[in-house]
Amino acid sequence: MSFRRYSILPGFGITLGYTVFYLSLVVIIPLGALILKSTSLSWDQFLAAATAPRVVASYRLTLLSSLAAALVNAFFGFIVAWSLVRYDFPGRRIVDALVDLPFALPTAVSGIVLSTIYAKNGWIGQFLEPLGIRAAYSPLGITIALIFIGLPFVVRIMQPAIEELDPEMEEAAGSLGANGWQTFSRVIFPSLLPALTTGFALAFARALGEYGSVIFIAGNMPMKTEITSLLIVTKLEQYDYAGATAIAVVMLAASFLLLLGINLFQRHSGARFGRTA
Amino acid sequence: MGLRSISRRQLFTVAATAAGVACSSGDGNGGTILRNVSYDPTREFYQDINARFAEVWKAKSGAALTVEQSHGGSGKQARAVIDGLEADVVTLALAYDIDAIAEKAHLLPATWQTRLPNNSSPYTSTIVFLVRKGNPKGIRGWDDIVKPGIAVVTANPKTSGGARWNYLAAWGFALKQNNGDQGKAREFVSTVYKNVPVLDSGARGSTTTFAQRGLGDVLLSWENEAYMALKEFGADQLEIVVPQQSVLAEPVVAVVDALVERRGTRNAAEAYLQFLYADAGQEIAAKHRYRPRQDGAAARAGVTFPKIELYSVDEIAGGWKSAHAAHFADGALFDEIYKPVG
Repeated sequence: MSFRRYSILPGFGITLGYTVFYLSLVVIIPLGALILKSTSLSWDQFLAAATAPRVVASYRLTLLSSLAAALVNAFFGFIVAWSLVRYDFPGRRIVDALVDLPFALPTAVSGIVLSTIYAKNGWIGQFLEPLGIRAAYSPLGITIALIFIGLPFVVRIMQPAIEELDPEMEEAAGSLGANGWQTFSRVIFPSLLPALTTGFALAFARALGEYGSVIFIAGNMPMKTEITSLLIVTKLEQYDYAGATAIAVVMLAASFLLLLGINLFQRHSGARFGRTA
Repeated sequence: MGLRSISRRQLFTVAATAAGVACSSGDGNGGTILRNVSYDPTREFYQDINARFAEVWKAKSGAALTVEQSHGGSGKQARAVIDGLEADVVTLALAYDIDAIAEKAHLLPATWQTRLPNNSSPYTSTIVFLVRKGNPKGIRGWDDIVKPGIAVVTANPKTSGGARWNYLAAWGFALKQNNGDQGKAREFVSTVYKNVPVLDSGARGSTTTFAQRGLGDVLLSWENEAYMALKEFGADQLEIVVPQQSVLAEPVVAVVDALVERRGTRNAAEAYLQFLYADAGQEIAAKHRYRPRQDGAAARAGVTFPKIELYSVDEIAGGWKSAHAAHFADGALFDEIYKPVG
């Protein structure tokens, strides 16, 4: 189908070959090995490992806190990206560089720093504690850690999209009588939506698999603050490799379906506005 | 801490591979390299041991020797060895972890624990309490930590060797107190863990949570780790409370046969472990607050250990295998504590 359409490009065969080889090596073979390992369990064992109450509680916590973190990041990441692109202010370049830090910092370091700050004797935690808000060692703490690591995804995806926005479109909207809000909601936001969805999806996916930054601030209480990746590590440390892969496979399938869904949605909204990000 | 041990291990794996190629005889120009894969709180102790043993070895054989160390949670380290981390000797927190290496990877015989004296455990330790300065909650013994409103800090016994000793110390106390009534002991241990606000995955992690984050009223801790925390965080912050009864924790050591055969380091590895039982090794252990096996070693090192009535794992749980099955396996007692009601 689309093969023929692109075949006039030089080097198609070699690049496609390389793509398949590279994807196999980096993605498919490790994931295949993972799934293969989980087949050493019988179906009943697999179900028992993947649906134990503690494990189910961890899926829920992981999904909800990742979702909350990705939503917060989508909202504030949008604002940050907007400010960085549209306004020139002193120190803009420094702020711009700061955004990347969560990428560069080893996740364990972010986890330790965050739990130090949000513990009840920490800089921020000491003010939250009297208000009855327990940040560290609670689902809120987990969400904070996930917001921290997910922010760069949204900002870095949004920036080029905002830069590409044609100012003439806004001017046209204005000259046709749209007020500021209408221009934003009818013109700007729809054309940025595909990029925003991508940023959201990346931040969300990253949060689902996060381990290092979360375990230090989570408290790791069974049924309450255990994330799924912690349970996988716990299983491994009990030499239960097959059980660990069972949980991992469920997580993998769920993440894949979610990302696929987001991709489809993005296509759909991209097609509606005649562009894809 | 996690971070340090991970980067160390990675370095280590690289070094191990390189060294494996460079001196597969184990006795090249740079001398013999021994690798000791150990658990978290032994870092400082083995640094001392390694320096002294290198001198002894040099005097005896005339050859240079270096010992490389790797530290991390005991279970994590055992898994690393199973997965291929090259260790000439393993010195871990509990026999169960070395059993796992024997069982899963067949790197040493299942009878490893009979090859050295004292169950292959050259020094012992126990579990004590670390409390805030002045002991504001008045914690004196195990009965006090189950009182309502006391926050107890300990790690997850499923992932931490030290935390398993904590758990069994509480279990043993309740068992003794109630003339072996398992139901009562079960209740006691459940109450202890109802008082636990945070479960870290390793013993060092919970020390940090307690001492640095200021969380909790009492930390269940290795005796040697408690002294380390006192030194690290200041005696004006914390104090040690020694309960009247506690568990006899027996950290174990073993030569990894498959590895020393391949690398030709058996002699050095065996001598290294023997050194732990020798006068000098025992004194160094005492200095680092591990209880030496040898009478008089503590006195020679100028250390006195408080008298505690100690019970062994064999006594209170019938050995590690059955302790694991009854308490720490999936769906066993520890999981029951956290099972949702209804």
